Amino acid sequence: MSSYEARFKVWRGDAQGGALEDFKVEVNDGEVVLDIIHRLQATQAPDLAVRWNCKAGKCGSCSAEINGRPRLMCMTRMSVFGRDETVTVTPLRAFPVVRDLVTDVGFNYRKAREIPSFVPPPGLGPGEYRMMQEDVDRPQEFRKCIECFLCQDTCHVVRDHEENKQVFAGPRFLMRVAELDMHPLDAAAESGLDRKRTAQDEHGLGYCNITKCCTEVCPEGIRITDNALIPLKERAVDRKYDPLVWLGSRIRRRPTAG
Amino acid sequence: MATGTEPPDTEPRAPGGGAGAGTRAAIAVPHLRTDRWWLAPAATAAGLLAFIVYSTWRAFADADYYAAPYVSPFYSPCLAERCRTMHAGPNADLFGSWWAISPAIIILIFPLGFRLTCYYYRKAYYRGFWLSPPACAVAEPHRKYTGETRFPLILQNLHRYFFYAALLVAGVLTYDTVLAFRDPHYHWGHMGLGTLVFLVNIVLIWAYTLSCHSCRHIVGGRLKHFSRHPVRYRMWGFISRLNARHMLLAWTSLFSVALADFYVYLVASGAFDDPRFF
Amino acid sequence: MSVVDRQEWDVVVVGAGGAGLRAAVEARERGARTAVICKSLFGKAHTVMAEGGIAAAMGNANPHDNWQVHFRDTLRGGKFLNQWRMAELHAREAPDRVWELETWGALFDRTKDGRISQRNFGGHEYPRLAHVGDRTGLELIRTLQQKVVALQQEDAKETGDYESRLKVFQECTVTRVLKQGNRVSGVFAYERESGRFFVLEAPAVVIATGGIGKSFKVTSNSWEYTGDGHALALLAGAPLLNMEFVQFHPTGMVWPPSVKGILVTESVRGDGGVLRNSDGKRFMFDYIPDVFKEKYAQSEDEADRWYDDPDNNRRPPELLPRDEVARAINAEVKAGRGSPHGGVFLDVSTRMPAEVIRRRLPSMYHQFKELADVDITAEAMEVGPTCHYVMGGIAVDSDTAAARGVEGLYAAGEVAGGMHGSNRLGGNSLSDLLVFGRRAGLHAARYATETAERPTVDEAEVDSAAAEALRPFSAEGPAPGEEDGRPPENPYALHQELQQTMNDLVGIIRREPEMRQALQKLAELRVRARRAGVEGHRQFNPGWHLALDLRNMLLVSECVARAALERTESRGGHTREDFPAMDRAWRRINLLCRLTDPTGGLAATDPVRGQITLSRETTEPIRPDLLALFEKEELVKYLAEEELYE
Repeated sequence: MSSYEARFKVWRGDAQGGALEDFKVEVNDGEVVLDIIHRLQATQAPDLAVRWNCKAGKCGSCSAEINGRPRLMCMTRMSVFGRDETVTVTPLRAFPVVRDLVTDVGFNYRKAREIPSFVPPPGLGPGEYRMMQEDVDRPQEFRKCIECFLCQDTCHVVRDHEENKQVFAGPRFLMRVAELDMHPLDAAAESGLDRKRTAQDEHGLGYCNITKCCTEVCPEGIRITDNALIPLKERAVDRKYDPLVWLGSRIRRRPTAG
Repeated sequence: MATGTEPPDTEPRAPGGGAGAGTRAAIAVPHLRTDRWWLAPAATAAGLLAFIVYSTWRAFADADYYAAPYVSPFYSPCLAERCRTMHAGPNADLFGSWWAISPAIIILIFPLGFRLTCYYYRKAYYRGFWLSPPACAVAEPHRKYTGETRFPLILQNLHRYFFYAALLVAGVLTYDTVLAFRDPHYHWGHMGLGTLVFLVNIVLIWAYTLSCHSCRHIVGGRLKHFSRHPVRYRMWGFISRLNARHMLLAWTSLFSVALADFYVYLVASGAFDDPRFF
Repeated sequence: MSVVDRQEWDVVVVGAGGAGLRAAVEARERGARTAVICKSLFGKAHTVMAEGGIAAAMGNANPHDNWQVHFRDTLRGGKFLNQWRMAELHAREAPDRVWELETWGALFDRTKDGRISQRNFGGHEYPRLAHVGDRTGLELIRTLQQKVVALQQEDAKETGDYESRLKVFQECTVTRVLKQGNRVSGVFAYERESGRFFVLEAPAVVIATGGIGKSFKVTSNSWEYTGDGHALALLAGAPLLNMEFVQFHPTGMVWPPSVKGILVTESVRGDGGVLRNSDGKRFMFDYIPDVFKEKYAQSEDEADRWYDDPDNNRRPPELLPRDEVARAINAEVKAGRGSPHGGVFLDVSTRMPAEVIRRRLPSMYHQFKELADVDITAEAMEVGPTCHYVMGGIAVDSDTAAARGVEGLYAAGEVAGGMHGSNRLGGNSLSDLLVFGRRAGLHAARYATETAERPTVDEAEVDSAAAEALRPFSAEGPAPGEEDGRPPENPYALHQELQQTMNDLVGIIRREPEMRQALQKLAELRVRARRAGVEGHRQFNPGWHLALDLRNMLLVSECVARAALERTESRGGHTREDFPAMDRAWRRINLLCRLTDPTGGLAATDPVRGQITLSRETTEPIRPDLLALFEKEELVKYLAEEELYE
């Protein structure tokens, strides 16, 4: 087993201000960035604030920006860096900082509440649900989401424009709308809720310019843009920009697709 | 709680404050990326720019676009009186003599519109030209951003209509490719190097057109229950596999269409003699 | 003493994992104003790590399955030490709890006819685990999280406030359950981010904090698993049950060192993975214990046929209960037939096509690829036992989940004891969370809303809880009765020593002298932990948080060590080298841990004698109709003579 001393720059501070602090720290074979942050905590900076939980890429707690890229610290192996490379770790830059590497991700929890929940189909009791695998495949991909909020952090719509946080749900929660709209038994339409329309009217789908950074940073490899956002945009077009559909809806009330 | 669910009590910052100001971590630089993040947008911009320059020249040239049996894809179908006569070719005098500039302009609107509103090209030029954003986690230089919520970008929602038009154009180009199985004297059953170029081009054009996100939606994506539409589900599966390569197909078909045109130009201008296979 | 913010709620749930959220949903639906407190962000609880599935006898994959079979499997797995009534309720109610999740939006993998697909797992006679690939826990937590949000949306519509009836306090830690007399009056907690103290007053508190794995060095558990709920209950005066039973999951990653212990799901074996030693031998055939001889295949051929034809063949021994497999791996490694990094080989690459592996075990594929640079579709994994689960826990009433001895205190999930006996079957924990989470929420809400006079929170109790929590900041000063000038202890170093102690001395194989040594060491650590000091201030200070958690880990570790020393037999998750056999006489014996100082204080206790007092209790006989589910020949192996003829 070989170990070496790596140079780290870690952002330390809080809402009042802060700066990148230099560290030299031991790195062993097979370690990930989170291991190094823990070593700093245990040996050099016991009050270094960091969020983490499972350390296996399953809970999505240890999101940070490593060399400027939004990543999970537990899934970033030290072996991807050169030994003479300085590794820079900062908190997520789209959210208010609390302390050191910990940010206030409350934005995401507020947005989660704005998405109307699953509407159970009337007349079907527990145990009576029948769904085909090919129908649940699509929403299941989105349910792989571990809510690390890296997509929310990297999306320039809110990262570069704080004011858009009011009107834009972000990729994670637009994907949630897509998930529910593709759920084979979601009865929102029957209850008078048109998820296709509200995606654009209430959750800011139009702000997305499909530049795919959400997909690039997703640690679960969910194809957010191709499989959730663009299909959702197309569904919104069905509702709002399709003259045939528009004409049809004038003449008679069309049943929902499928 | 800091990560509470109450609305933030801090004042929203001035628009365009970027990722460094307000209550966020005080980091002055627009990004901390150490990799060559600028390479992809720069290459994209260079590639698109090169095509724009080339295609502008060729579209307005109004010359060297027909060398029997080949017609440049930029000029097909050719719909003005001023078009060169193409024996059994894709020309019809719909616009008459008042159309005084290159007839390519009439038809190029459609493939141009298709590609301009294409979900891949949108990403490419938003990143490459508009720098919105230049790369992930690299700050964009604009103070305000409204995305595709307002005119003119709200028109991107018309992509599917350009897709329908692109289907027709691809049909015509298929016809052109069939015609390319003739010799310069319009006898059937022959092939030259140009036929091969056309063949490759039309395959890529079709693959690109069918791999379109709108196509994927129309074919099956809009369904809630795949299980009730097994045929459309299979078609959707096929389109989805193509769609995964949409970017690759966008570039290769862009290149091949330019190549096909350039080949016709070379032959028509006499700079190159089309080698005949049989 | 600073004024501490107070809020009034009906039910406070400590922990937002599967059990906590299920309890909160139930309590809120029963009309109780409910607060949930969790150490992490909402939706990050350790439940997300559960991979395999939720065991419920729905009979979708095999129509022969029913609750009786599930009950039987659970008791066999727990070596008949289970609280039989809990096991019965669990087996009966699990299917309803799973189906209910679907009505809240969960999307399980499907069978061909559109029902919930069920997979095989160790110790389960039929395919029984409802699953979503290998991320079932994530689906469970997300579904419950979204159900909470759905209820909050309803409340917002009615009252204009999302949090009027159900609120989640994220990143907060409870350090004390407060009491008035023998009744719960609320909890004392601090916000991790600001360090601010607050009190939630409530007549009913549900503890759902999960396990204790962070007291061990090699563990699949996250930092949250510091035994908080166990300690809170002890300190409040409730006893813990059978704490000696700690499950070591047979397959954790062994390399690289930084991920040692991270779980490799049992589904790998359920779906066809096999264990081999360095000689390439499928060694599990040599480790089938007598009690399971008739149930498991004796040859590789038969074992391989079972995957396709389970009705006419017996299952492969890789699917024995976890304790058996863990011991077998341990024995192989000790015998020098281990893999290069001290584990054994778990191989799916030669058993299934790469495409199938990637589809059925996507997160395992991902985990090994990313963390260990191993492609599981092409090479074998290296695995070894890892501390995974504690079967012991707060002693509760089987039907109501009420903790014994303290009025208004409830417990559900891993923190509650009894349900799993001496060893838990895979898949039974997620169903346990749902079944008893719901019951705890139900009865807590009932108790809270029916209680006429709300207990009040005593100011003095709040002050002493605050003083206790602030102690690490003043640790530099000389503590009473100790010499001056000794430097404060580093909480990280103390934690590491504790983990090493528990791992080495009270680990998977236990011996009396080692456990005595462990108790000595724990006493020493306890003294030093009182001097654990931290730098900085109260705002998101992980050193401080760890210093506070140390109290809990030390308490719980002592329970484990004392109970393990007392039980002179080997059973399930408790293996004594000096008493290697299961002893039928011990089947009826439960060991209860109580705090020696009944006032809940910790300072006054003699460091050597320890803080825990152990007592024995004889269990209630198993109900005859449940006993009748077993063959007489099988019962003879487990039950004492006098039980058989009662």
